[in-house]
Amino acid sequence: MAESSDNGPTVKTPFIGQSRLRVEDDRLLRGDARFVDDLDIPGALEVAFLRSQFAHARIDRIDIAAALESPGVVAVYDGNFVSGHIKPLLNAEELRVPPGIAALNPVNKLQPAPILATDEVNYVGQPVAMVIAESRYLAEDAVELIEVDYHELPAVMDPEAALLADAPLALLGEDNNVGVHVRHGVGDVDLALSSAAVVVEETFATQRYVCAPMEPRGLVARNDPFTEALTVWSTTQTPHRVRDHIAESIGISSDQVRVQSVDVGGGFGQKGILVVEELLIPFAARDLGRTVRWIADRYENLTADAHAREQIHHITLGADADGRLVAVRDNIIVNLGNRNMVGLVVPYNALCHLVGPYRAPNVDIETTGVLTNTTYTSPYRGAGRPEATFAMERAMDRLALELDLEPSELRRRNLITADEMPYRTGILDRRGVPQEYDSGDYPQMLDRAVEMIDLDSVRAAQATVSTGQSHDRSTTWRGIGFAMYLEMTGLGPFEGARAEVTPAGRIRLFTGAPSQGQGHRTVFPQILADALGVRPDQIDVVAGDTDTIPYGVGTIASRALVTAGNAAHQAGINLRARILEAAAEVLEANPADLDMADGIVSIAGSPSVELPLADLIRSIPKQLGGSGSDGLGETSYFQPPNYATASGVHAAVIDVEPSTGRVTIVDYVVVHEAGHIVNPMIADAQVVGGVGQGIGGILCEHMQYDDRGQPLASTFADYLMPVASMVPDIRMDEIVCPSPTNPLGVKGLGEGGAVGPPAAIANAVEDALRNAGRTDIVIASGPLSPSRVLDLLREERHPSP
Amino acid sequence: MTGTPSSVPGAISQAVPPPVSEPTARHQIRVTINGSDVAAEVESRLLLADFLRHRVGLTGTHLGCEQGSCGACTVLVDGAAVRSCLMLAPQVDGREIRTVESLAEPDGPLSVIQEAFTNQHGLQCGFCTPGFLCSLTAFAEEAEEDGRDISESDLDAQLDSSFCRCTGYVNIRRAAREAFGFDSGDTHG
Repeated sequence: MAESSDNGPTVKTPFIGQSRLRVEDDRLLRGDARFVDDLDIPGALEVAFLRSQFAHARIDRIDIAAALESPGVVAVYDGNFVSGHIKPLLNAEELRVPPGIAALNPVNKLQPAPILATDEVNYVGQPVAMVIAESRYLAEDAVELIEVDYHELPAVMDPEAALLADAPLALLGEDNNVGVHVRHGVGDVDLALSSAAVVVEETFATQRYVCAPMEPRGLVARNDPFTEALTVWSTTQTPHRVRDHIAESIGISSDQVRVQSVDVGGGFGQKGILVVEELLIPFAARDLGRTVRWIADRYENLTADAHAREQIHHITLGADADGRLVAVRDNIIVNLGNRNMVGLVVPYNALCHLVGPYRAPNVDIETTGVLTNTTYTSPYRGAGRPEATFAMERAMDRLALELDLEPSELRRRNLITADEMPYRTGILDRRGVPQEYDSGDYPQMLDRAVEMIDLDSVRAAQATVSTGQSHDRSTTWRGIGFAMYLEMTGLGPFEGARAEVTPAGRIRLFTGAPSQGQGHRTVFPQILADALGVRPDQIDVVAGDTDTIPYGVGTIASRALVTAGNAAHQAGINLRARILEAAAEVLEANPADLDMADGIVSIAGSPSVELPLADLIRSIPKQLGGSGSDGLGETSYFQPPNYATASGVHAAVIDVEPSTGRVTIVDYVVVHEAGHIVNPMIADAQVVGGVGQGIGGILCEHMQYDDRGQPLASTFADYLMPVASMVPDIRMDEIVCPSPTNPLGVKGLGEGGAVGPPAAIANAVEDALRNAGRTDIVIASGPLSPSRVLDLLREERHPSP
Repeated sequence: MTGTPSSVPGAISQAVPPPVSEPTARHQIRVTINGSDVAAEVESRLLLADFLRHRVGLTGTHLGCEQGSCGACTVLVDGAAVRSCLMLAPQVDGREIRTVESLAEPDGPLSVIQEAFTNQHGLQCGFCTPGFLCSLTAFAEEAEEDGRDISESDLDAQLDSSFCRCTGYVNIRRAAREAFGFDSGDTHG
């Protein structure tokens, strides 16, 4: 960005674009962080939940009497009690259907979650009773003493089985197990497929994952007798939504609730939706007049917090003889878990990101969100895009095989070009308005990725491979795979920023978008400093404290930089004008002759005159009436007019060890595009962090249930997380296509890194197996763990279609 | 360093007493924590991590799984890296514990390893970071004691001892390489 918009002075931008080291680090490195569980609040009570052991059961009786007598117990709550005091949970914002989407006649059932179960439990892990005691140890002791009589009911875990006519109902009282359904497209897919030269039809699935941030969800609620208000310190990604929801659910004014973000140990989506515990803890704090703390343990995090990703895609691609797509059809099945918690978010994201960077004149996508007796699901980094990309990019590789084309060449033939931007796909985006990609250069990204990964060398090396299964440990089979994706970032409706000069002459920036590790205290000041004419180290950021900025949405959906960043930029421009006006009065000068750098106002041609902000703010008259008499502060809200569409290409070279089934990533390249980059060091690390999660997803992570709905992974010993040796040094390149949707020209990139790896690596593994003679193997899903790869290799060969 | 016991050598500070009615046996322990003597009454079942965090007030040690898998709660017990969620407080009677809070003086410069983590952007949320720092510190000290050279592959293997969900490990590896004198491979200068 060279210059600011019309309504501000010319602003140089030396700080945007710099890889500045993070101001967050010093505290975190010294052990001085303040995560929720680190808050030292004397007398805080602790919580343990009794959770359902059954996937589906009727509750006949709950007896909490013995638990109440247990040492150190202060209170025990059951569903019958709390249902009279707290409204059932609805993620109202996520469940809202925009008018344009409503015109598609979607199914979007409102299925409020009981705060604590009363007569029915629908998944293992559902909260049934809440014990509050002097310590977590004592609370857990008492949980053991609660007696519950369950009558087990038929349960269903498989989403496709749940759609069969005779399937048990996952949630009693519903007509069927469909929570969400929408079908949308453009053109005539049947007609296009009937005349297509090549048609591939496949089923690709993404298995169930857990976000599993290193810090599980938690919150502390304190009812302050002095203010008669609740203060809630929370790990949430969306403090304002939590504030409003607490107020609404327990029947108090939102003025009586302050939600404050502290250090948060990763979120990734799991902390971006509202859950019942976030209502129960504040309620108990008010009910008992005591501070109450609940920190989920890892068992709760893995089995009873949100899961994600489980989707099945029955996808059909049709192409002409040159490989140009003529039609895309997909029937997407999304496992929602026990109820419809977040509506169309993930299913529709999958729908409207499926075709991605390709031109496809005829599209027909049906997506069905299915209820099962598993824990509820949330968006997880990418929120439907990794799953859709897995299906589309696997299908593109199958199509390339049919056409005997290099997969990267097939992609190139179908890419929307930079000349076609802005590009309308013909379908509706998530807001229900025509989907329009704002900017990008997909062919250039692909060319760079092909060159960086050195496709020709990999193909040459493959030509020398010995085929057939080998039990020699030294034998490896090499493969290469690509995945392309795009992501419509910068979700609205808005985010705000308030910038003000403090009495000490520093700048404080308030915003509703807190950090869970993204470095907002470093990045937002780079933006604001440029707009204002101060140094980043003169700015302090307060993010996610609802008492300091009244409205906010939060840090989800690759939106914080686009929305809060642009709000901060505009607030800075406005505040700079206010500062210069005020300084002009003090200095008796023309505002046009004034400049500010490093927080010091100066007059052109009078180098001896310097007015630091600390002196200026002291000079502002505190007088009755009149604009500006309250000091120097400006608030701006940014409402994105359209999504800022970021994009990327991932290319992976892998080795498969046929004797063990082990997949090793030999080289991994990311070429991405996310508009102007504010802090390249942090931006790259966001992408790489996403890649790490994607690698975990395709190589090891799997949240499984047995056929009675018992989770088979409840610790990190059985939910396998990626470790350092699985992730190679990621080689990166980027192109810049500034977004015309916002003054900074930025795009979100928090999620993108996680979108590509499952498809790129699965494509590479299938390529390796095919090159070694196993042309019969189609990799339909992850994780590609050693045992799974060995199973694939052992499968009886069946003839290629 | 909020909640750190007195740093006067030889002084004994009393950790916060247990909450009411803990129905298990109690033990009197004396332990050296970050150079200070601490005396405490602890229950048999109290995790070392909970003792450090909630009784002594050293919250820099984080609990990521309480199952011994993730490594976030790693501290040094008599110089060895230990998962403090897998050790009970009574077991540290008479022993010497160091936590992340001890790696740099409160107002002093960061340690070489800490410095490398910030230089290489080796932390995002920072929740797992104390575990990596303590694990690498023990690793370096043990090698020095044994007069052993650390190879780059030794170092890479050591990094598998802890989980990080934010960074994808690449910058943690760069930080470790910088701290141990190898080429970090950093691309941001």
